[in-house]
Amino acid sequence: MSVATEPVKLAVDLAGAALPNPVLTASGCAAAGRELQPFAPVSALGAVVTKSVTLRPRAGRPTPRMAETASGMLNSIGLQNPGVDAFLAHDLPWLAEHGARAVVSIAGSSVAEYAELARRTAHAPALVAVEVNISCPNVESRGEVFACDPLAASRVLAAVRAEVPAGIPVLAKLSPDVTDIVAVARACTDAGADGVTLVNTLLGLVIDPGTMRPVLGGVTGGLSGPAILPVALRCVWQVHAALPAVPILGVGGIRTGLDALQFLLAGASAVSVGTAVFGDPSAPVRVLAELETALAERGFAAVAEAVGYAHRPARVETVVPPPAPAVELARTPVVAGAKPAWRLGGEEEW
Amino acid sequence: MTVGSTAQGVAERREPVQVRGEVLARRRVGAYHLVEITAGGIAERFRPGQFVALSVGGPVSELLLRRSFAVYRATPVGAFSGTVQIVVGVNGRGSEWLAGVRPGEPLDIVGPLGTPFRLPAAPTACLLVGGGYGSAPLFSLAEALRARECRVDFLIGAGSQDRVFGELEAKRSAGAVAVCTDDGSLGRRGTVADALPDEIERTGAAAVYACGPMAMLRAVGAVAASYGLPCQVAVEESMACGIGVCMTCVLPVIGDDGVTRMTRSCVDGPVFEHDRVRWDDVGTVPADALGATP
Repeated sequence: MSVATEPVKLAVDLAGAALPNPVLTASGCAAAGRELQPFAPVSALGAVVTKSVTLRPRAGRPTPRMAETASGMLNSIGLQNPGVDAFLAHDLPWLAEHGARAVVSIAGSSVAEYAELARRTAHAPALVAVEVNISCPNVESRGEVFACDPLAASRVLAAVRAEVPAGIPVLAKLSPDVTDIVAVARACTDAGADGVTLVNTLLGLVIDPGTMRPVLGGVTGGLSGPAILPVALRCVWQVHAALPAVPILGVGGIRTGLDALQFLLAGASAVSVGTAVFGDPSAPVRVLAELETALAERGFAAVAEAVGYAHRPARVETVVPPPAPAVELARTPVVAGAKPAWRLGGEEEW
Repeated sequence: MTVGSTAQGVAERREPVQVRGEVLARRRVGAYHLVEITAGGIAERFRPGQFVALSVGGPVSELLLRRSFAVYRATPVGAFSGTVQIVVGVNGRGSEWLAGVRPGEPLDIVGPLGTPFRLPAAPTACLLVGGGYGSAPLFSLAEALRARECRVDFLIGAGSQDRVFGELEAKRSAGAVAVCTDDGSLGRRGTVADALPDEIERTGAAAVYACGPMAMLRAVGAVAASYGLPCQVAVEESMACGIGVCMTCVLPVIGDDGVTRMTRSCVDGPVFEHDRVRWDDVGTVPADALGATP
């Protein structure tokens, strides 16, 4: 690590995708980028992660589709999207025209559907990576959640990898609702995934005390927002610790540059800003600016230097912690006659 | 100036903006709170029927999602400043916070959002129907209609007197004003839909505009249709973002091609032609909607 006298080098390599900076949108939180353009120009983002696309148009679940929770929200959209034909005809060309990089999220209900989606999107304009959504909780059958089963997940990822040209990384988007996320991540990367996106929403429920029934039309929904940040961060930490060579796109509750920094320190190579966009459409560009400042303040010359930095052994500590504030000293109990374990000044003062 | 650059200039002026505004004033109006907010850039772009989305709860709020409000009045001052007024009915923690804001409170505001009311090409007698604080956006619409030499009459109502918004203003500015309340505490007893046939006949209305609760919009549109009158409605749906990315505020709407889609009320609405909304199916995904699960 060096003291940054020059601007922090923001460009990152995400599993082989060269991005100008490490802040992306999150699937399902930015549509296909167009609606964000007045607030967060798509060309300024690391990439736009587009809303999951399916082979055929999908109407999604009935309303209500949203319930606000403490520092978060449940959504039950049900993968509403116009289908891959309309997506390829309208959305990706727009992103290409506006200088954006697209990470295309695909969602299927069978291995064959994922493979076909990969084949259809693999050569699209603006594409820099494919994110394989095997973890959407808002499907009628939890059996469709491939990310809950390492074997099913690996089959999907192998099929997708086979359809996508070399040089376009394939990321597996995983669910935190599993006993061992490392096992799922390992299964995906062994099957050919170039990296993992951690994490999708957590399955949740809200009941209206007035009607005494579930709020959401789909009954359960996916929990997102700052409420899930520690869970997502734990997943990034565990996967990076076990599989340090696997690139990670970190996502879950990020709304500030310091949130994003935590994900880099835990082992993410880049981050997605998701639910924060609903409350602040310019959040991705704000988070990027705040992250750049935070990295510079800590002496990082490049984003890559911060990736996984929190995993370093305690013995090679190079950052000197700031002195404890006076108020802390005043609270420290002093037992009469006992020599304090800490030193306030020179020996002669004692 | 080329035609192309003119078109682009118009498009840029219509794009929503996100600005750091400030509460200028708040006062109680019956059961509601009228909040005036500085919102440079938004008032200049505003057209009647559009809405704004506000952050609530201050900088350390655990309420992450924006609250959307129809604009009651937009006052452009110059190129870089202006104000908007909204009418807040308390029905949750976010609106409760807004009902307590003091002048000087900073407010992050995004707008103008959504589709505006479409205006008649030629002078037309228009009946504006509002329910509860839903009458708020009808006053700027009335001004735009009068500027086109349209006759404007009002029919406004609510559950009770304190929930009728804008009765005096309507009386000052419109041709005829009819008021009704469910409990009879002001005006005629009953709903606006009950009173609508009389008002259509009395005013000779050739078009109806409505804003209010979904059940009211449905009923008003049905009456208008029975008279063969075109009717535009501004719907109120639960939204998380207001800008078209979250897909929570959808309702089944029939497109120009005859196909029903789960349509976002924030960017494809809030103003819809009444006969395009599948009122029987709101809250469901109709089996013939594009992409419905077979």
